[in-house]
Amino acid sequence: MPKAAITPTRMVLNQQKTRLKTALRGHKLLKDKRDELMRQFMDVVRKNRELRTRVEEGLTEAFSALTVASAVMSPDMLEQSILYPRQSVELAMQFKNIMSVNVPVYEFKTKNADTGDIYPYGFAQTSGELDDALAILSRVFEDMLELAQVEKAMQLMAEEIEKTRRRVNALEYVMIPECQENIKYITMKLEENDRSSKVRLMKVKDMVLEKAHNFR
Amino acid sequence: MGFKALGLDVFPVSGDEEALSVFKKLTRENENYAIIYVEETFCKALSAEIDRFKGSPTPAVILIPGKAGSLGLGQSALQSAVLRAVGSDIL
Repeated sequence: MPKAAITPTRMVLNQQKTRLKTALRGHKLLKDKRDELMRQFMDVVRKNRELRTRVEEGLTEAFSALTVASAVMSPDMLEQSILYPRQSVELAMQFKNIMSVNVPVYEFKTKNADTGDIYPYGFAQTSGELDDALAILSRVFEDMLELAQVEKAMQLMAEEIEKTRRRVNALEYVMIPECQENIKYITMKLEENDRSSKVRLMKVKDMVLEKAHNFR
Repeated sequence: MGFKALGLDVFPVSGDEEALSVFKKLTRENENYAIIYVEETFCKALSAEIDRFKGSPTPAVILIPGKAGSLGLGQSALQSAVLRAVGSDIL
């Protein structure tokens, strides 16, 4: 028996049939979408893991270099040296569409044309260790930027996959079986009506014939 | 603090509460910052705030290891995303 009360008429039958058709088509499309999203998601995850380890290693290296630099120089001096940056950066963001997920793509722009020019101080009063630390840091930063992009993409895609998966399941296990059941119920009911009206007609015909000329 | 030399905006904080208020301030004017790097040590204090931005395209909140080295929290963000998408931990 169908869950909701539905009237067993031909019109409702047609409605249910079109609904089933749409649901089946939607289910197929969404399933394809989920599979493709999953494939791309795995790529992103793999890349993310690789970048993450690289960034963490790089940062540890950079921090230890900075610690060395701060040991060589006086803290005041160190702070003064990098207090006012020469370089300033701008981040341009665009969106890329991966399977209907809007994923940000960052573009990194330095205001100063020379990207190697990161040292905001004169070389006379600072130590070489500080130069090293900043060089490492600027190298790591490129990876960090990519990591941000990949990680955000990963989060957004995870959400989209979750949503799509739910939709696929809802269609597959709720909507489609319900439609099929309704269709079955209506066809059976219609056939039953057909049969009963046929029997009634036969009965009436018999009665009329008997009344007219005692025909048996 | 080295990031300042690269031209990034740096907001040094000393405690969890300060971290929270600075983070809230940065995300309120959220058109200005597309990426926020947060030290892992403050991850716990900020986790509720960070989760709020998981679904929106900006800003991207990325955990980086602090001076003490990696705590492995960045990896856990990856794991939770996988768990969410796949439904089980496949890594």
